[in-house]
Amino acid sequence: MLNIKNLSKTFSSAGEPVHVLRGVDLDLRAGERIALTGESGSGKSTLLHLIAGLDAADGGTIRLEDIEVTALSDAGRARLRRDRIGLVFQQFNLIPSLSVADNLAFQARIAERQDAAWTKELVERLGLGALLKRYPEQLSGGQQQRVAIGRALAIKPSLLLADEPTGNLDEATAENVLALTRDLVARTGCGFLMVTHSLHLAATLDRHLTLHAGRIA
Amino acid sequence: MSADRISRRAFAGGIAALALARQAGAQGYAGLGEKADGFAKVTPGKLFAFPGDHGPHPEFRIEWWYLTANLVDSSGAACGLQWTLFRQAAQPGPQGEGWANQQVWMAHAAVTRADTHRFNEVFSRGGVGQAGVTAKTFDAWIDDWELKGFDRTDDRTLAPLELKASSTDFSYALTLEADRPVVLQGDRGYSRKSERGQASYYYSQPFYRARGALTIDDKPVDVSGQAWMDREWSSQPLDADQTGWDWLSLHLASGDKLMLYRLRQKDGRDYPFGNWISAAGETQMIAGGDIQMIPKATAEVAGRKLPVEWQIAIPSRSFSIRCKPLNPKAWMGTGFSYWEGPISFAGTHDGVGYLELTGY
Amino acid sequence: MRRALWVLAVLLSHWRRHKMQFATLLVGLIAATALWSGVQAINQQARTAYDRAAATFGGARTAMLVAPDAATFPQELYVKLRRAGWPVSPTLEGRVQVNGRSLRLLGIEPVTLPVEIGNAPRLGASDLGSFVAPPGQTLVAPETLSDLHEAEGASLPISNGAKLPPLRVLPQLAPGVLVVDIGVAQRLLNKPDQVSRLLIGQPKSKPAGLASVVGDQLQQVEPTAETELERLTDSFHLNLTAFGLLSFFVGLFIVNSAVGLAFEQRLPMLRTLRACGASARLVNSVLVVELVALALIAGLIGLVCGYFIAAVLLPDVAASLRGLYGAQIPGQLSLRPEWWFAGIGISIAGALVAATTSLIKAIRMPVLATAQPRAWQQRQRRWLVLQSLAACAVFAVGLLLLGYGESLIAGFGLLAALMLGAALILPAFLELLLLAGQRAARRPLALWFWADSRQQLSGLSLALMALLLALAVNVGVSTMVETFSRTFLGWLNGRLAADVYISASDDGQGVAIRNWLKERSDVQAILSGGRAETQVQGQPVELLGLPDHALYRERWPLLEAVPQAWTRLVPGNAAFISEQLSRRLNVRIGDVVEVPAPGGSWELDIVGIYADYGNPKGQLTVNVAALIRQFPQTPQTRIGLIVAKENIPGLIGALQKQFALDDRSVADQATVKAESIRIFNRTFAVTSALNAFTLGVAGIALFTSLLTLANSRLPQLAPLWAIGITRPHLAAIELTKTLSVALFTALLAVPLGLLVAWCLIAIVNVKAFGWRLPFHVFPLQLVELVAVALVASMLAALLPVIRLARMQPASLVKVFANER
Repeated sequence: MLNIKNLSKTFSSAGEPVHVLRGVDLDLRAGERIALTGESGSGKSTLLHLIAGLDAADGGTIRLEDIEVTALSDAGRARLRRDRIGLVFQQFNLIPSLSVADNLAFQARIAERQDAAWTKELVERLGLGALLKRYPEQLSGGQQQRVAIGRALAIKPSLLLADEPTGNLDEATAENVLALTRDLVARTGCGFLMVTHSLHLAATLDRHLTLHAGRIA
Repeated sequence: MSADRISRRAFAGGIAALALARQAGAQGYAGLGEKADGFAKVTPGKLFAFPGDHGPHPEFRIEWWYLTANLVDSSGAACGLQWTLFRQAAQPGPQGEGWANQQVWMAHAAVTRADTHRFNEVFSRGGVGQAGVTAKTFDAWIDDWELKGFDRTDDRTLAPLELKASSTDFSYALTLEADRPVVLQGDRGYSRKSERGQASYYYSQPFYRARGALTIDDKPVDVSGQAWMDREWSSQPLDADQTGWDWLSLHLASGDKLMLYRLRQKDGRDYPFGNWISAAGETQMIAGGDIQMIPKATAEVAGRKLPVEWQIAIPSRSFSIRCKPLNPKAWMGTGFSYWEGPISFAGTHDGVGYLELTGY
Repeated sequence: MRRALWVLAVLLSHWRRHKMQFATLLVGLIAATALWSGVQAINQQARTAYDRAAATFGGARTAMLVAPDAATFPQELYVKLRRAGWPVSPTLEGRVQVNGRSLRLLGIEPVTLPVEIGNAPRLGASDLGSFVAPPGQTLVAPETLSDLHEAEGASLPISNGAKLPPLRVLPQLAPGVLVVDIGVAQRLLNKPDQVSRLLIGQPKSKPAGLASVVGDQLQQVEPTAETELERLTDSFHLNLTAFGLLSFFVGLFIVNSAVGLAFEQRLPMLRTLRACGASARLVNSVLVVELVALALIAGLIGLVCGYFIAAVLLPDVAASLRGLYGAQIPGQLSLRPEWWFAGIGISIAGALVAATTSLIKAIRMPVLATAQPRAWQQRQRRWLVLQSLAACAVFAVGLLLLGYGESLIAGFGLLAALMLGAALILPAFLELLLLAGQRAARRPLALWFWADSRQQLSGLSLALMALLLALAVNVGVSTMVETFSRTFLGWLNGRLAADVYISASDDGQGVAIRNWLKERSDVQAILSGGRAETQVQGQPVELLGLPDHALYRERWPLLEAVPQAWTRLVPGNAAFISEQLSRRLNVRIGDVVEVPAPGGSWELDIVGIYADYGNPKGQLTVNVAALIRQFPQTPQTRIGLIVAKENIPGLIGALQKQFALDDRSVADQATVKAESIRIFNRTFAVTSALNAFTLGVAGIALFTSLLTLANSRLPQLAPLWAIGITRPHLAAIELTKTLSVALFTALLAVPLGLLVAWCLIAIVNVKAFGWRLPFHVFPLQLVELVAVALVASMLAALLPVIRLARMQPASLVKVFANER
């Protein structure tokens, strides 16, 4: 379903080119859950951003289902994210001025793909029922990340991408959040790619890949 | 409200509005049906004296110098022109000095070809010299429009004269010659307009030969032909129930002239009248009952239906003609509007002339 | 569409959580729109009134023929021209006294009056008859009718005993004019067969050349887009507009800082929106839509406020314009739809301009935040350098204008350049000041104080610039007004030399009054004056005739004069010239001015220049006897008397009784002076009110800037708190900082304001009115203004500081928790 071939990306920092990705190949089947680890600066987040279309690759191809992501324009990539990709970040990136309920519904609304039954199920499974009227700043870290996961899954994405989703959470909360995520991914049948530091958490997914020197080891 | 639609000989014009003074409102425009209180009255038996009667008669309410010409240009195409100066007194009584003068003047000028009809109008107050008429040497003017005699102009024939008028899109200049004296219309110049005695003083010079130049859109052409002048003055020429009239001046190929009109009344009855003028200049009244005027075709101009084609017969003179307009759109869209244009006719007699339709 | 609405809802949710910011944005937009459109409403009202005056049967809007050097010419020229095909219509103009008022009498000829004359009132066909035929009509504006306290239909006598035709109201007519038939006018003005002007309509054919018809007896005057009134009052309206514009920009400063802050705060939100798949185009368009919608709402509120501002100011403006220029402006505000549209338009345009930088940032924003080191010092230095360079460029333009500018616009241009340049260079100036402070500081907290003030500068600079401008304008305008006020009072004292002033209704009465006065022992001297009007080099000029009397030699103020100037006047070949006319004609002492007089050209040596404040017309002062010799028609109705103070009331009472004179016709010096001063004060009431408004808006700008800054300053303050400085102490430091930069700004505003005052007095006034005032500085006034500025700054700084002092420690702790 997700098919990456020979992906490369170079940044320039202080005039010096930094080759972050040097030919990454990766395949992810529908329903498959993959953890991606690697030391700081190994390019994990960059890879995730390229898949999400948040940034453009310098070489190689990314295919998501029938779409070649690397061939899309900026607007095309935005449409792709809107309709097929769920994104979860370490910083949660909730909108502080919207309530939990509005934050949850937010991407689905922009995608014009609201499903009341599915939203209700998400709220129940994520245990957010009592928090819907609150604002993000009134929530704990774990609660905020659950809202972010709910927002990403509300559109029933083809692919859920998570960049250090538990980086800001304590261990117990992290386990709990990840367990919930695994359940929901299984429930929707979407692909799941998670970048993490934690080898322990990485081990709980179907496959564990390591990025080293810009390539998948 | 019938009188307010009458114009021309039944003079009204935008000028009439000026004549209101204190009676304003009672009848709208200074209808010709208004009582002639304070103004001189038209009575039978007047003896005309020239050149005096060529000049203005300010003691009467209204007066005009009315000239129409049937012409052909150098290419043989027919055309016509009109030049009219109207005088109206706003009030009876002694003539005021300067701007206080109560006379108001108005003039219409028009040219008509088969393909176009142009017209314009001018207004002026009397008393300051902007408009007026002098009998000797004859001169009738308003601004730079003028009908003017010479030192040699004959008082009996009122000829020769020169005529000029100009507007934004047309102008003309003619000289007029005539070798027969002016002709008194009606009963020795007393022209009855209704059974109740409304009347005017009326004489004409139908024998003018005209020659000059006509310019339309800055393109001058030489023209020549015949012209007809009417002089008429009165204080109350129409009855209140008369709605308008149909008037014709005809130049017969034989050299005879014919003046005909029909006053339309509210009750549907008409008041026809005519004068036959022989080529030698002798005039004879034609009894109303002897005149048949039947409209034959109408043209729609300016939202009105106008009878521009006529069948006319005078059985006693074995006269029967059908007349057609040169240009059915000869509408005078002036302050007070009417139809006035050249016609040609055929039948027992051939010729050209002018038709006027008012009150439609 | 639904998608866009969702995005809009998300963007708007920000304001619900930042109500103060939202209020700031709205207040900025409202303030900008309100003052600007208030001033526009007043200008529009005035222009409409001028148009009405101009359109009164062929004012300056119509081409016309006039005699080159006589007020009237024979009517026969009119007839000649008509008969040559010229589409001309005659008018005759003069002044008549009605119910003790002097009104313009205009005679027209309605039959030939060109129909295409502007928005001239139309006489209906049926009205024409009653206008022309006896007794005729006198057409008046509704305002004139109520001024005269008469009803329609009244037939009023004029001063020479003749009667006006019955009055009839014509709503579109300009106030102060009586319109009658030309024949009536010739009779009333006693000018038989004379006309003043021929209005030229659309030609119906090609008329003969003018010279071939009338020779050089008449000359054609082309229509001018501007009327004389408009030309005269231009400077006044420019003044108002300048104030409106200033407030508008100050308002936009507020909008700019509010929008900028909101953008910074919403940056993460925008990124999240984009990450969740809202396209850049959608987000940016919705940002613009949001701004336009806000501008629309604020614009509407601003317009309503503007309407009220205009309604409040209008009576003073109308009084000023009447006092200064004799222009009649209705006191009732009536607005055209264009005004509403223009107001909304300016609000939207202003909002877009103010938000340009933020919108460009949003458009260029990458989805991914790049972690950039906050090199604020570097950025600030570059920004300061750029801005200072811009300031130098603006100053250069100002110098060019000073050197080469001739017009009033150039004068205002110079003012604008001066203020803009000063505003631009202000941050650099403050930076240098603060840097010096930082260098001198020894104690750590003091060091931090200076350094932090510098860092704050970029956030505060817009507000400080607004404050600088508002203060400078205040200093400038109040200095000018005060200068003018003193000069004017001194001048008035000299100018109003006589003790009692009499204006007889006609020459007959004048003679009678003089004879009567000669018999009275309480009258020490009778000073007969006279006034005539003529044209010099195409400009209307008033000739003032004064008698030769010691009183004038002693008191009448002259700016410059040759020795024995008053004696030089007596033979009748010399004159004094008013300052503004001398500038307009470029005439100095020793020059000769040729004045067209009925008997031919009158050559006058200029032997003195005098101030003639408040007179829109140029004036020449000559000996009254000479004036009457040259202009025999001069009415001899003006009489001044020298009377012992205690005898004045008795004499006035006797005069009023004997000659049935009303208060307008006889007045003592004190009354005339009081009236002049009253008019003068009202003239500057508007200026002062606008001044106060502008200062108020600048105060709001400062307040909102401080408020928005306060929120973003927590991260800077929290560490200080953490190392043990109490919240009240921190608050005190903050307050001191604000006050010190405000003080620096205010002190800088003083010299700038004096420069502005100098520009107003030495350049703008000279170009606008033709008079130059001596320059005075009023130190007390300056101290007062600086104090007001500091109080305003303190009030503005107080709320954020109080909030800081009362802030819960938790909020400060949060700074650390949230720090990434």
